[in-house]
Amino acid sequence: MEYFAKQYDVAVIGAGHAGIEASLAAARLGCSVVVFTVQLDWIGNMPCNPSIGGTSKGHLVREIDALGGEMGRAADKTQIQSRMLNRGKGPAVHSLRAQIDRREYAKVMKHTLEQQSNLDVKQAEVVDLCRNEQGLWQLTTQMGAIYTVPCVILATGTFLGGRVYVGDVSYASGPDGMFPATALSEALKRLQIPLRRFKTGTPARVNRRSVDFSTLEVQKGDEHPVPFSFETADPPENKADCYITYTNADTKRVILENIHTSPLYSGKIHGVGPRYCPSFEDKIMRFPDKTRHLLFLEPCGLDTEEMYLQGMSSSLPESVQLQFLRTIEGLEHVEIMRTAYAIEYDCVDPLALKASLEFLDFDGLFGAGQFNGSSGYEEAAAQGLIAGINAARKVQGKPAFILDRASSYIGTLIDDLVTKGCSDPYRMMTSRSEYRLLLRQDNADLRLTPLGYEIGLISEARYARFQEKTAQIAAERRRAEETTIPLTDALQALLVSRETSPLKNGVKLAELLKRPQIDYAALAPFDSTRPDWPSEIFEQVEIELKYDGYIRRQQAQIHEMRRLENKRLPETLRYDQIEGLRLEAREKLGKIRPQSVGQASRISGVSPADISVLLVYLAKEGM
Amino acid sequence: MSTIAAISTGQAAGGIGIVRISGENALPIADAVFRAHSGKSLQTLGGYRAALGTVMAGDVAVDEAIATVFRAPKSYTGEDVVELSCHGGLFVTRQVLRAVLQSGAVPAEAGEFTKRAFLNGKLDLTEAEAVMQLIGAQGEQASLAALGALDGLLSQRIAEISANLKAVSAALAAWVDYPDEEIEDLSDETIAKTLDGSTAALEQLISRFDSGRAVLEGVDTAIVGKPNVGKSTLMNLLTGTEKSIVTEIAGTTRDVVEETANVGGITLRLSDTAGLRETTDSVERIGVARARKKIERAALILAVFDASVPLTQEDEALIALCKGKKAVALLNKSDLPQAFGKAALDAAFSHVVCVSAKARTGLDALETAIADILGTADFDPSAATLMNERQLACCRAALQNLQEAKAALDGGLTRDAVNVSIDAAIEDLDTLTGARATESVVNEIFSRFCVGK
Repeated sequence: MEYFAKQYDVAVIGAGHAGIEASLAAARLGCSVVVFTVQLDWIGNMPCNPSIGGTSKGHLVREIDALGGEMGRAADKTQIQSRMLNRGKGPAVHSLRAQIDRREYAKVMKHTLEQQSNLDVKQAEVVDLCRNEQGLWQLTTQMGAIYTVPCVILATGTFLGGRVYVGDVSYASGPDGMFPATALSEALKRLQIPLRRFKTGTPARVNRRSVDFSTLEVQKGDEHPVPFSFETADPPENKADCYITYTNADTKRVILENIHTSPLYSGKIHGVGPRYCPSFEDKIMRFPDKTRHLLFLEPCGLDTEEMYLQGMSSSLPESVQLQFLRTIEGLEHVEIMRTAYAIEYDCVDPLALKASLEFLDFDGLFGAGQFNGSSGYEEAAAQGLIAGINAARKVQGKPAFILDRASSYIGTLIDDLVTKGCSDPYRMMTSRSEYRLLLRQDNADLRLTPLGYEIGLISEARYARFQEKTAQIAAERRRAEETTIPLTDALQALLVSRETSPLKNGVKLAELLKRPQIDYAALAPFDSTRPDWPSEIFEQVEIELKYDGYIRRQQAQIHEMRRLENKRLPETLRYDQIEGLRLEAREKLGKIRPQSVGQASRISGVSPADISVLLVYLAKEGM
Repeated sequence: MSTIAAISTGQAAGGIGIVRISGENALPIADAVFRAHSGKSLQTLGGYRAALGTVMAGDVAVDEAIATVFRAPKSYTGEDVVELSCHGGLFVTRQVLRAVLQSGAVPAEAGEFTKRAFLNGKLDLTEAEAVMQLIGAQGEQASLAALGALDGLLSQRIAEISANLKAVSAALAAWVDYPDEEIEDLSDETIAKTLDGSTAALEQLISRFDSGRAVLEGVDTAIVGKPNVGKSTLMNLLTGTEKSIVTEIAGTTRDVVEETANVGGITLRLSDTAGLRETTDSVERIGVARARKKIERAALILAVFDASVPLTQEDEALIALCKGKKAVALLNKSDLPQAFGKAALDAAFSHVVCVSAKARTGLDALETAIADILGTADFDPSAATLMNERQLACCRAALQNLQEAKAALDGGLTRDAVNVSIDAAIEDLDTLTGARATESVVNEIFSRFCVGK
C-alpha cells in the first residue's frame, strides 16, 4: 500500500562507490539525504577486482580524498597489500594500487554511512521516479513508500536493467547475484531519458586451496607502503600476496574450440563492452599472435579463501571456463567458487548531462558512476562526489562546482564524458590528461584541498595542517635555491658515480636537485641545514625543481586553455539558427549544449571553423 | 545576407571574364540583366545548367555570354550562384558587373565568396586557406602548389609524421597505463629514431616554406645602389613599364617606387629606391632613409653597381649593408668599358651577375641567380608545402615540442616528460589539419596492445 514517507533535500539511488560519495558529500554539506540500496550488507561492494587504485585511478582516489571524499580513507583502513605502480617511469604516472579486503570495505562503508548525521540509509528498491505537482521529484519504493525531493542522484551501477550471461544461460540479475532494478528502467524510459545498453564482465573466483602455488611467481607489496588518504597518519601494512601465472597454447586451443558458445560471439549480447577490459576470449580473438597472457591471482580478503583471477574475465559456459582454467600452470586442479559472467545493464548517454552531472533537460536530476557510462570504482566515486556536491549546492541555491580539465583527473573524466561522450564504458587513463605532468597523485591535495575547504568538505583542523604543509614546501624551495652546497671530494665522487658532470665550484642545492641523476636522499650528507620535515615536503620540492621547465610550459598551456574556457555560452543559445555553422556542428552543439567555447572546441565534429563562426556570432550578438 | 557580385577572374586582360553572383537573389538579379536566346528565364533552370544569351544594360546589349546556374547548397559558396562568362575582355566584363550591381547586387568584398563558402561549411580551415592562396597566387608554379594543398598533399604529409609519433606515444602510454601487462618499454634508440625522423621531416617542411611562399606570394625585393647606377632602368626593364623616371641626373628617384615583375616564374615585388648617398636635400634624405629601411625589411636585395667606374665609398657602404642578407650584386653598364670585374664583389656576395640594363643583357643569369638564392630553383611545386603563417606556426610549435622531447630523453629525464612533449607535438600537428589528438592516441593503444583485466 502506498504511503507518504518523508521529504528530503537529496535522494541517492544506489549505494555503490558513486552513491556513497554522493550521499556523504550532500549530507556533510548540510542537506538532508536519503540513500537507497537493494542490499544493505553490500554497500560499497566490489563485484569485480578486490582492489582500489591503479594507473590514473590512484590519481582519482587521491583527488577524491583531497576534496573531502571517503574512498581513500576506507581503502587505507581495509587494504591488505599496497604497491606504488610505475616507480621509475616518472612522477606524473606514479599510481597507488591496493588490494582490499572486500567484506571489510563494505562493513566500513556501511558503518560510515550509518554514522553520518543528516543521512538515512534504507534497503529498498526504487520502482518509480516522476515529478509531482509541486515540481518535486517523487520516488516510490517497492513497499509503496513515497519520498519527495528537489534533487535525485541516479547511481544505479549495473543493477539498472541488469542481465547476466554465462554461455547460453542468461537471467535478469544485478551483480554478485543481487536483485536487478528493472522497474526503475521503465520509469526512466517514461521520462524519456535516453538509455542504452552497456556490458561488462568479471572473471571467476576460485578457492585458494585448489591452487598449486609452488611454481607461481609471487607479487609482494611495497617495502614502504604509502596510504591513499592525505589524512591517514600510520603507514599501511602488507598482509597478503598476489601471484602471477600465464595462459598457454592449450588455453588458447580450448577457447578457439568453444568460441561459438560465447554469447558475445553468437550475438546474444547487444550491449557495448569495454575495450580496456576485454574478456579473455576477446583477447584471444583480437590478438591471435599472442602466445600467452598474464593473469594475477588476488586474495579477496583475509578471512576468505576466495581468489580473484585478474585477466580471465569471460562469458563462456561454466564447463568451458573450468576446462580452460585447468590448462593454466598452478590451476590444474582449480575449483571455481563463483563463475565468471558478463553483465548487461542500462545506462545513459552522458552527453545528456552537464559538467555538474545534472541532466541538461531534467532540473534536479543527476547521474553518477556506471549509470553515466563510465567503468571502475574510482571513476564512479569521483562522479558521485561531484554529483553529491552539486545536488547540495543546487538545494542551497549556490552555483555549480565544476572542475576543469586543467585542475584534475576528475575534471578530465567528467569533461570527456559530457563533451565527447563514450561509445564503450569509459575508463580513466593517464594518457587522457594532457596536463598530467601537473596533475600528479602526489600533489592532489595542493591542487584540490583549497577547493574542498571552500565548498565545505574540509574541516578547519585539516585545512590548518594543509596550510602548514604548503608553507613548509615553500620554505624548503626557498632554502634549496639559497643554500650553497660546498664542493668536496665526497660530493665530486657522488656526482661521478651517478654519471653526471663534476663541479668546478660550490653550487646551489636547487641546481643539484635539477639533475635527473641526483636526489635529496643522495645529498643528505652534504646538506647540513636540512629541516626535519616529512618526506613528502622534499618530494614536492624535488619534483618541482626537476620538471620545472615542463611544468611551466603546461601552466602556460593551461592559461591559454582557460581563456576559451572562461568564454561562457548561454544554455539558451539556438545553434540551429546560427548561420554558417555546419549541420553536424549545429546538431552536436545543440545536443551537448556546452557551457563554454572551450568545451565546444573539444566536441568531436565541431571544427575550428565552427568555433570561428561561433566566436564571430558571439561577437556579433555582443555576448 | 545580401547578394554579392564581382569579377572572379583576375583583373587583367584575358580571354574570358567571369562575373559571379552569389546569394538568395542571385537568380532574379541575373534574370534582370540576361536574355537567354531560348527565351527561358534562368529561374526555371536547375543546378549545373547553362544558357547562352545576351547581357543587357538597360536596353543596350553589352556582350554575349554564357550563364551557368548553381543551386544552393551545391555551389562554391553554398548559396544560389550564377556565373556570367563574358568574352569581351576586361572593359566589357566591368560593364557586365556594373549592370548586375545596378540590378540589386552589392559588390563582393575581397575574398567574400570564399568567406561565405567557409561560413556555409563548404570548406575546412586548411582548404579555405588554400583557396585564399589560390586566388592570390601569381604565376603558374604558384597555382600548382596551391592545388596540391587542396588535394590534401600537405594533410597527407602531416598525417604521416603524426602517425609515427602516435605509434610511439601509444606504446609509451600502454606501458604506463598497464604496468602489470607484458609491455616492454621502448628503447631510447627507438624513441630517438622516431623523434629524429619527425624532426627532420618538419624541418624540411619549414625550410621549404620560404621558397614556397616566394613562389606563392612573391618576394619583397629592394633595388638599391648609389645614385645613377641604373636602378630605375633595371626596374623598368624587369617590369616592362616606364614607372621609374630615368634621367641623367643623380637622385631623380626620391621616394620608393613599387611594382611587380615576373622573373623566371617568381613574382618579385620590386621597390626601386632612392640612391644611397649623403645628401643635403631634405626630400631626398627621407628617400635615402626609406631605402635603408627597405634593405632591412626586404627578402631579396638587388644591389646595383656601376661597373664602368671604380667602386666608391658609397658602394662600400652598400656592400656592408647587404652583409648577411639574400642579395644579388648586379654589375650594371657591362656594355661599357669595365673599371672593375666580378671578382671585386665575390667576397661580399654569393651571387654576382653582369648585366646591361640599357642593352638588356644578362637577364638570364639574373633569373638563375634569383632562383638559386631563394631556393626556388629546386622548389618542386608538386611536393607538400606549408601554405601560410598559421600552418608554419603549428609546425614550428611541433618542432619545438619534439626538440624538448629529445632534450628530456637525452637529459635522462623520465618517460613521462618525454611523452608529454610528444603528445604536445601531435596536438600541434592535429591542430594544423583540424583533427584531435588525445582520443586518437587512446584508440591506438587499444588497437595495438592486448591490455585489460
